[in-house]
Amino acid sequence: MIPELGHFALILALAVALVQGTLPLLGAARGDIRLMDLGRTAALTQALLVIVAFGALTQAYVTSDFSVANVVANSHSAKPMLYKISGVWGNHEGSMLLWALILALFGAAVALFGAGLPDTLRSRVLAIQALIGVGFLAFLLFTSNPFERVAPAPLDGNGLNPLLQDPGLAFHPPLLYLGYVGFSVTYAFAIAALLEGRVDAAWARWVRPWTLAAWCFLTLGIGLGSWWAYYILGWGGFWFWDPVENASLMPWLAGTALLHSAIVVEKRDALKSWTVLLAILAFSLSLLGTFLVRSGVLTSVHAFAQDPARGMFILGFLLFVTGGGLALYAWRAPQLQGGGLFQPISREGALILNNLLLCTLAATVLLGTLYPLFLDLLTGNKVSVGPPFFNATFVPICAPLFAALCVGPYLGWKRAELWPALLRLRVAFIAAVIAAIVAATAIDGRATLAALAFGFGVWLILGSLSEFGQRLVRTGFRLPPRASLGMTIAHAAMGVVVLGAVGTGAWNSELMQTMKPGDRASFHGFDVKLERVESLNGPNYVAERATLLLSAGGKSYTVLQPERRLFTVQRRQVAETAIHTNLLRDLYATLGEGDAGNGWVIRLYYNPLAPWIWLGAALAALGGFVSLSDRRLRIGAPQGGKRARTRPAVQAAE
Amino acid sequence: MNRRLLFILPLLTLALMAGFFAWSLLAGRDPASIGSVLVGRPAPRLEVKALREGEPPLTDALLKTGKPAIVNFFASWCTPCLAEHPLFTRLAQREGAVIIGVAWKNKPAEANAWLKRLGDPYKFAGADVEGRTGLDWGLSGVPETYLVDGQGIVRRHFRGPITERDVNETILPFLKGAK
Repeated sequence: MIPELGHFALILALAVALVQGTLPLLGAARGDIRLMDLGRTAALTQALLVIVAFGALTQAYVTSDFSVANVVANSHSAKPMLYKISGVWGNHEGSMLLWALILALFGAAVALFGAGLPDTLRSRVLAIQALIGVGFLAFLLFTSNPFERVAPAPLDGNGLNPLLQDPGLAFHPPLLYLGYVGFSVTYAFAIAALLEGRVDAAWARWVRPWTLAAWCFLTLGIGLGSWWAYYILGWGGFWFWDPVENASLMPWLAGTALLHSAIVVEKRDALKSWTVLLAILAFSLSLLGTFLVRSGVLTSVHAFAQDPARGMFILGFLLFVTGGGLALYAWRAPQLQGGGLFQPISREGALILNNLLLCTLAATVLLGTLYPLFLDLLTGNKVSVGPPFFNATFVPICAPLFAALCVGPYLGWKRAELWPALLRLRVAFIAAVIAAIVAATAIDGRATLAALAFGFGVWLILGSLSEFGQRLVRTGFRLPPRASLGMTIAHAAMGVVVLGAVGTGAWNSELMQTMKPGDRASFHGFDVKLERVESLNGPNYVAERATLLLSAGGKSYTVLQPERRLFTVQRRQVAETAIHTNLLRDLYATLGEGDAGNGWVIRLYYNPLAPWIWLGAALAALGGFVSLSDRRLRIGAPQGGKRARTRPAVQAAE
Repeated sequence: MNRRLLFILPLLTLALMAGFFAWSLLAGRDPASIGSVLVGRPAPRLEVKALREGEPPLTDALLKTGKPAIVNFFASWCTPCLAEHPLFTRLAQREGAVIIGVAWKNKPAEANAWLKRLGDPYKFAGADVEGRTGLDWGLSGVPETYLVDGQGIVRRHFRGPITERDVNETILPFLKGAK
């Protein structure tokens, strides 16, 4: 009965979302406060109903209720509890339900914390949020009902896609969705602002925390996904410029740009229509990512639940949301007046440079991702665009971005001098140059570009820290506001990521050797001995596991046990790598093809600074959260609310 | 007016992209396929010595018997071949399919030992020790499987192991239809 309750709750949620998506809009246009207030009640009700639905599906998974088709297809009674729960969103229907849940929760959060918002703005934001919800709930109910029953119920289920049975991947989708869906709130704010015809400093202050929250979750989600790819795909790399990875990177880049441009709106009352556009784009790119993963128009290592029919629905939805938003933008945005001109050498000038570069990066990724599709359709040529393209385009654009990143915080608003700012960065600059020279001469003389990038990493960390240090000295060691502290952490974190990426990408070394049990090899001062290779039978795979003994100076150091699993149903081999880390480097082993007669192909990687990539991503998210906890940004902070209940109707600033 | 145009630009970009997406979805293209030039054409030359002792070598005549045939390139050192092996056994025993196996870059002794251990579904078996025939057939690795109709025309080309689904949805209808 509980699955039916979930199903009914979902239907009710759709009905409530329809109300929430229409009446408050009408109220805002007419100035009817009762209709507007309906938005808050509806948002909370809708969230409650979707929570009930999600809870019902979770209950079906936890108790292994095999009368529910979705549970049969994706779960198994013998599965560990963690994967029973993560199985809820480890499939198309459940992940869409999770998406709807997060969407409803964000809507409820706006209703709860948005008391300080003007009534018209809040009701419009909630209505837009509900209209997006209508799309997802209708999609769920009409094409992907997670509560469908099977009769008679089978004795046991088919089990979850084995690739997803991994702690890294259990939490990757929820975090990513929190990021994707978080941008729906900024989208709703942008549309509401276009409807209101007004974008001002207060608006920017309300948008920023939501952007920041979404950005933090997206950063964590991408980091976790990259970590998963690193240890599961067995190629020693951490980023493969795969379409699905790119799909999550594009909203991140747009979101990062939005984060910065919203500051300009807040402080200088400028860049308004640009910021609104970014807010629309950040969410649109999130939807585009969903479309690319699920429709099967591009091939990818991640592609799951590919179905052209669903693809058509998501495309229609994407067109409705993005097309509607952009059409409204084309109509209303020209009326948003920006405040005054400003100097190129100033804080706002630096932020504009940041925006230009970030958007160029996003456009580069978009082009590289979709180019194979365009070319195939137009000419029938099959190409794949991979690391060489992105190394030649994406990486060079990062250089000016990183160079300017440390200088920006030194520049004052309105008008600033470049030279004094640079002088105060001289220590960081000299240290970065020394680091680059040391890297070029002592570590790896062939990789000049890597040495340069290493210098940039050091520059980012020291440049951010020196600004922080000098500010401390200037203010007599009073801790700066948390927003500024968060900025320092996030900026320095970029440096940590860069160092990790350079170490792993450029200075890694690899040993590939065919070994038979008893064979020895020498690798980075370690004596490696292949002890044995044994066959294992997993629940739905067959595997071979190698045992490698590593010793240094005659003393045993560690044991690495890489596996190679063959999942017969998915036609896919998965390398279960073995990694030993000491936070400065990873020792990484994979087992390749082979047999007892000829030996097995063993690959060993030595990846310097590899853990720093994920450490940096976590630090960046931490910086975002610290900034989010700043009082001035706290949602519902008492600012601007005074303007509430003035004339609500359209006030185009003409 | 020019300023207006600037604000419409994002919408136009979206329209262009969406057009491509819809085209791609409606055309039903498979992005994972690297294609096969053989489909619809006569099968390449099949001329390999027999894998099993004392049998005559394999020739083109086997592909033009008027009955459809399945040509499967395999090797004893290939793990995915292990995965698809039971399906071929089923096809041979239950459906009476004519399956021609070619051991690719595999020592005949090892391939024979492998077949002895797992069972031999191949009506005819060849040994392409040097990999020359595989080259003619456009092999990118093993396993690969070709469906050849009674007139010797290639109708389908699978790269990678065949699955239960391939058997049910493609191979069985092919065997019935091509008779």
